[in-house]
Amino acid sequence: MATAETTRTSRRKAILSRLAVPVLAIFTALVVASLAMVLSGTNPIKAYLALGEGAFGSQVAIVETLIKATPFLLAGLGIALAFRGGLFNIGVEGQLFVGSAVTVIIGYSVELPAVLHISLALLGGMLGGAIWSAIPGYLKARNGAHEVITTIMLNFIALRVINWAIGVDGPMRAPRTVVPETPAVFESARLPILIPDSRLHAGVIIAIVAAFVVYWLMWRTVTGFELRTVGANPSAAHYAGINVKFNIVRTMALSGALAGLGGGIQVLGLEPYNFTTGFNVGLGFDSIAVAVLGSIHPVGVALAALLFGAMDAGARLMQLRTKVPIDVVTIVQGLILAFVAADQIIRRLYRIRAEAVEGPINISQMYGGGG
Amino acid sequence: MDAAFFGGLLFLALVKATPIAFGAMGGLMSERSGVINIAIEGMMLVGAMMAFLGSVIFNDLTGGALPPIASLLAGLIVAMISAALVALLHAFISIYYRVDQIISGTVINLLAVGVTNFVANAYIDPNGLAGVGVFPVITIPILSEIPFIGPIFFDHQPLVYLMLIMVAVLQYALFKTPWGLRIRAVGEHPRAADTVGINVNRSRYINVTLGGVLAGLGGAFLVLESVGRFQKLMTTGRGFIALAALIFGKWTSVGALGSALLFGFAEALGVRLQLGDVNELQALALLAGIGIIVLAVAWGMLKLIRRGEDKRPNRTIGVVAIVGLALTTAAFLIDWPIFEIPIQFLGLLPYVATVLVLAGFVGRAIPPAAIGRPYEKA
Repeated sequence: MATAETTRTSRRKAILSRLAVPVLAIFTALVVASLAMVLSGTNPIKAYLALGEGAFGSQVAIVETLIKATPFLLAGLGIALAFRGGLFNIGVEGQLFVGSAVTVIIGYSVELPAVLHISLALLGGMLGGAIWSAIPGYLKARNGAHEVITTIMLNFIALRVINWAIGVDGPMRAPRTVVPETPAVFESARLPILIPDSRLHAGVIIAIVAAFVVYWLMWRTVTGFELRTVGANPSAAHYAGINVKFNIVRTMALSGALAGLGGGIQVLGLEPYNFTTGFNVGLGFDSIAVAVLGSIHPVGVALAALLFGAMDAGARLMQLRTKVPIDVVTIVQGLILAFVAADQIIRRLYRIRAEAVEGPINISQMYGGGG
Repeated sequence: MDAAFFGGLLFLALVKATPIAFGAMGGLMSERSGVINIAIEGMMLVGAMMAFLGSVIFNDLTGGALPPIASLLAGLIVAMISAALVALLHAFISIYYRVDQIISGTVINLLAVGVTNFVANAYIDPNGLAGVGVFPVITIPILSEIPFIGPIFFDHQPLVYLMLIMVAVLQYALFKTPWGLRIRAVGEHPRAADTVGINVNRSRYINVTLGGVLAGLGGAFLVLESVGRFQKLMTTGRGFIALAALIFGKWTSVGALGSALLFGFAEALGVRLQLGDVNELQALALLAGIGIIVLAVAWGMLKLIRRGEDKRPNRTIGVVAIVGLALTTAAFLIDWPIFEIPIQFLGLLPYVATVLVLAGFVGRAIPPAAIGRPYEKA
């Protein structure tokens, strides 16, 4: 009885100390960003209240938060999964693009029964993201090309090719439009709306299910065990008979599939149900912050995605009420990433004892190859 | 197409290559000392904005009493200092706090976008700030009179010259001086460097910060020698192209300049294609020809640097150079058939080239051995 009690309190303590750094990091980032607001002559408290109201103040606000959080959740899960496998997938941005592009093509070029059409379009997006991500995986496994650089380059390749495809006379360009955009997907490919007369689409549920699937995959399957073993120690994994090279490609592909799904849902779930330039730009990079803030764990990533979604959703009201530019949100997001990654800053600031819950992310170590 | 047109293309290529080469040199300083720098983009962006703000505010403070060139110089200095501070932040996060260097770079890029957009929306746009102008062209006497070559190289704005000088200085300093040897030792084998009394982390702080100065110059170029004012996100990925040039140039400044020129040439061709001055196949042949020539020159240069290591005969380099020249000449002489290729695909060159070289399909790009690893004293 007494032992059960102590384990329970020590577990509670462990969870608390795990939460301490991210929560204080968010708080500190908000404080630091408020300095920028003061400098531009606005009251930060008023601005943050408006931000909160815009994110949670009404049903419309909450719906907006949820649909903004959805792509963050999927892309963040993809990055977290790659991190667990010892890979830094900085190419989520490009994989999102490819995923949206494939999904939108399937969405507007064929007409099928609804369930089939949606599934096919999303699977296509996942496949597109997976292939776009498996290329750097393969190049790393075969030739040791570091995935950070190759994925950054593939981001730009995807962006340029798709911008060409939706540009003037491009093959994906919608007929008779002034702006570069694709045709809208057929009704049958659009995700159902969960609450009538709102923007809340079924993609939110798909993303939450994906979080459970990722959890199950990582801790309840052989695939996940291999993925984590390769991530923790590739040579030990090799010694234990795990095919490390195959695992690198598979982990990248899985990560890219999640990003592709995120891109696909953005197309099928939101008005005007097509793909235009500037679509989701920067989302892939912000999702790195989501994954790191969520301690690369599906539950943490879900909470972090909700926070980032809320900030994006509330930013507009904040700008409307207080004239603070929306970009303050980007500053907050960057600062959060900095403070979570450099947790010693937070620990020193608030005198939290360092507890090695899990090793810090250190992917760059392999950048220069072995040695 | 005639010689004057071709000269114009090369001139434009050099201009387009300038910010890329500055950025690549910034990355070079940092990465040679063992700190990965994917934050070149962010440093350039901050450099661009501060060059603008510095010159405009200086002009306001002096009330126009001084000639515009003084304000432009002030802007240049402000850009160098502020990009150096951004680089110092990168160094601080990744060296002192030992945060993963790629994450630290991501932080810098995110913050740079946030801060510059914030300042643009909160201060620059509402106040309707206009620029002070751009640096004047300095035509170098006598040298600019040389036929064909003169107008390409000696009729530029000052930062272009500065870039060329910096490439030569950095190449010499990194590979021929004790100072450079120390930096490379820190990047390749910090333990050994430490053993002979080099302060590894101090050396990294200095190099990352100096790299920031160079990246800042690249950003300042966009404002002070090109557009004349700051636009949101005006670097448009040039920092990442600089990263590509750095890798494609195998972590040397001459190599980075060669890659930057190649990428700049592709950009210049793209401009000309859009104007309809050349047709697509001709442009491709020209690009391939120039690419092969640049490759041969870079190869020869590297061979000179690493005398004795490269056993392949000079003849091979000669043959490669001749093939390149032949292709370039053919691009002029042959009446190429019309064949439509989307212009955007020319812009893919830096990215595809980098992936190929990293994967070992074209040569081999090997980063400094200790890159990405924080150094702890034993």
